[in-house]
Amino acid sequence: MSGVILEMRNITKTFPGVKALDNVNLVVQEGEIQALVGENGAGKSTLMKVLSGVYPHGSYSGEIFFQGQECRFRDITDSEKLGIVIIHQELALIPTLSIAENLFLGHERSRRGVINWNEAMAMSQELLKKVGLHESPATLVDDIGVGKQQLVEIAKALAKRVKLLILDEPTASLNESDSEALLKLLLQFKAQGISSILISHKLNEVAKVADSITVLRDGATIETLDCHKDSITEERIIRGMVGRDITHRFPPRTANIGDTIFEVRDWTVYHPIHSNRKVVDGANFQVRRGEIVGIAGLMGSGRTEFAMSIFGRAYGTHISGTVYKHGKAVDVSTIGKAIANGIAYATEDRKTYGLVLIQDVKNNTTLANLKAISNNSVINQPKELVVANEYRDNLNIRCSNVLQKTLNLSGGNQQKVVLSKWLFANPEILLLDEPTRGIDVGAKYEIYTIINRLASEGKGIVVVSSELPEILGLCDRIYVMSQGKIVTEMTAASASQEAIMTSIMQQQEPLAKQEQKESQTV
Amino acid sequence: MSIYEGETRATGSTLTSAIGKFLKENIREQGMLIALVVITVFFQIWTNGTLLQPLNITNLILQNSYIVVMALGMLMVIVSGHIDLSVGSVAGFTGAVAAVMMVQIELSPFLVVPACLIIGALIGAIQGFWVAYMKIPAFIVTLAGMLVFRGLTLVLLQGQSIGPFPDGFQRLSSGFIPDFVAAGDLHMTTLIIGAILSVLLVYMDLRDRNNQRKFNVTIIPLPIFIFKNVVVVAAIMGLCYQLASYNGLPNVLIALFILIALYTFITKRSVIGRRIYALGGNVRAAKLSGVNTERLTFYTFVNMGMLAALAGMIFAARLNSATPKAGNGFELDVIAAAFIGGASASGGVGTVIGAVIGAFVMGVMNNGMSIVGIGIDWQQAIKGLVLLFAVFFDVLNKKKG
Repeated sequence: MSGVILEMRNITKTFPGVKALDNVNLVVQEGEIQALVGENGAGKSTLMKVLSGVYPHGSYSGEIFFQGQECRFRDITDSEKLGIVIIHQELALIPTLSIAENLFLGHERSRRGVINWNEAMAMSQELLKKVGLHESPATLVDDIGVGKQQLVEIAKALAKRVKLLILDEPTASLNESDSEALLKLLLQFKAQGISSILISHKLNEVAKVADSITVLRDGATIETLDCHKDSITEERIIRGMVGRDITHRFPPRTANIGDTIFEVRDWTVYHPIHSNRKVVDGANFQVRRGEIVGIAGLMGSGRTEFAMSIFGRAYGTHISGTVYKHGKAVDVSTIGKAIANGIAYATEDRKTYGLVLIQDVKNNTTLANLKAISNNSVINQPKELVVANEYRDNLNIRCSNVLQKTLNLSGGNQQKVVLSKWLFANPEILLLDEPTRGIDVGAKYEIYTIINRLASEGKGIVVVSSELPEILGLCDRIYVMSQGKIVTEMTAASASQEAIMTSIMQQQEPLAKQEQKESQTV
Repeated sequence: MSIYEGETRATGSTLTSAIGKFLKENIREQGMLIALVVITVFFQIWTNGTLLQPLNITNLILQNSYIVVMALGMLMVIVSGHIDLSVGSVAGFTGAVAAVMMVQIELSPFLVVPACLIIGALIGAIQGFWVAYMKIPAFIVTLAGMLVFRGLTLVLLQGQSIGPFPDGFQRLSSGFIPDFVAAGDLHMTTLIIGAILSVLLVYMDLRDRNNQRKFNVTIIPLPIFIFKNVVVVAAIMGLCYQLASYNGLPNVLIALFILIALYTFITKRSVIGRRIYALGGNVRAAKLSGVNTERLTFYTFVNMGMLAALAGMIFAARLNSATPKAGNGFELDVIAAAFIGGASASGGVGTVIGAVIGAFVMGVMNNGMSIVGIGIDWQQAIKGLVLLFAVFFDVLNKKKG
């Protein structure tokens, strides 16, 4: 370690009415991986926007020193010139362009406006090799999976001669093996002297790769932990983030499980575009009254596709199989019919599929069940307000009032609005796809509490999640999916992370060599 | 965080700041109304008072009625995230159909008007089918429709104008409501209708305010509420007085009032309206919430077609003949009206009242510039710039908010 590469001193940034950052200090050593953790709204993203020049010099107070020089960035180009590159959670790639075109977008290899494609291709190949991506530079970004797209982003950063790489939740949408590969790549960069700042909610990853961890809470630096001096546990990090010990990450619950209320038999779904590819293959599945059932599996295993296809064929083609409720076959051929039959599906991607972001909390809450608040197709506005306020209070949605746009809510509160919508539709079966993705620890606990309450009210809950601790902590019974098949069913008592991973891997081995692409939903 | 706190504070010494806050938050909605008032005053002065003379007001309403009618449908199409370029051609075509049926085949207007509305709805259905179910972008489908129906209009009219229409049909656009109360020079029925309308609007506003208070929603500060209602009543009564001193209320204006009220109700209060906004705001979320997005899109086009047909007949009745050029370029005025009125090109945002105001912004400018003798060439250029700046103003406000 040859010294300090970045120092941010006393950074204060205020927005009208809010102090987003309050005298934050951040020091990154040359060639280290610094993790930046904190609950949603703690100020991580704001801090990184200050660093990368999204918020130009003058819009904040404090000083930034990079390699000993004071920096006053006017925009992102300024910071990129010095080798500070940020990779956002939502990837900034253009899907209809090739990998090579994306790599040099904005600084094309050109002379007088004419691109030298031979040079660009050659450089692309070199960059792709560095990040361990074996794809032709001419491949369209649209045709590769999310994991590989992430690698393209990193290659793009390398093309800009990156010295300090900032990754915002890089593994949020990656499966375990891709995440693993990405973290290895960061360690490799570290050996080459490239420093990184890693923003992540996945504390196990943080604990694995970080040299030091800076904890932000409510816009202020709480502490910086040195991972080489002390042994840092996840519990230790969480204590810093929330300011208290979370001894129980899952609320206690006594399960009261009744008869089977929901059953899916021989469910087979084909891919909507590649219609000879089975995405779900002969799945059989049951849910009992008051039970929380988990579906575990890697990304691309067909878990989301399975849940969505049950919900009014929202995904896939040539769907076959039967859905039974209380022993009787029910028609779920359209979303409207699925809802009418008491099925609800809360999506994994609440911004794209879950909420009308430009509308307020009230309108989003009632959207799936407008019938209940209207007479002869005329909305009873007072009644609608009563309903919206009721759900706001019940689910503890933090908003100034129900007329606030959902766009301005935090991730956890947005998720609660999605839940409100489906609770108001009054379903018997609730399919929850990644119910806590991208949500901080405190809000997660609240969501779990709501899920438990619903189960105790006698609903059947299905939780699809890529976080195994969540599945294990929450569910009574677990189905494991792999390659579109339900490979194992286990009770919570007999399940463990190892057991689940083992059954996934056993199924995968025969097909391991076959390249696996994450299928895009819908 | 209760909304109560905000309310109690507002009634105290910080009333002025509450008013300021309200104005700041609502400048986008009120902005175009203020712009309309400014433009009207400006031309009123420039034309030495001709603009707001009874005869000219009547003309202004008649000249813009068909644009307003189509703007109602266009607003819903735009809110749902689409566009309809064919409305001018469809209006021209249905006007021609009406002329052929009434003048050449000599059918009764009572038969022809509903028949033409159905034809308009069918045209909308065909275009809506391609957009909603075949997933062809509306821009393409209606561009094709624009050409197709422009062509069919020429085929139908064989390059000639057809007219004149029977009396009953002409009155659709050039008639006035009869005066039931004969008293002096003024058209008393007009004033009475104006008064009833004023009372009704104030009553509904009061009721909304009470409801809002009951459910803890932030309410408009009282002085603004009073000011707003006084202005609205003054505007209505002023308009009615001017109209009453000419021929009274034109039939078209009555039809416009009914349509505006109906579409405001649909967009603000009905389940269908709510679903259209959800569809335009996020089609995927709407679909996953059980909204039949295809059928809804289809019906917005059916509705647009029907209103285009109505507008086409109003226009034909006003000219007293169907001409091959009827409806040329109407689509641009109609789309401009919706955007000037605050509709968003990406869907999900826009109001009926906004679109109506937008239509009158364009209308007053057309009329005012004609009176002062600005040529049609410069009129086009100025209107184009107004559209650009109106939307720029909107974007600017959104950024601040």
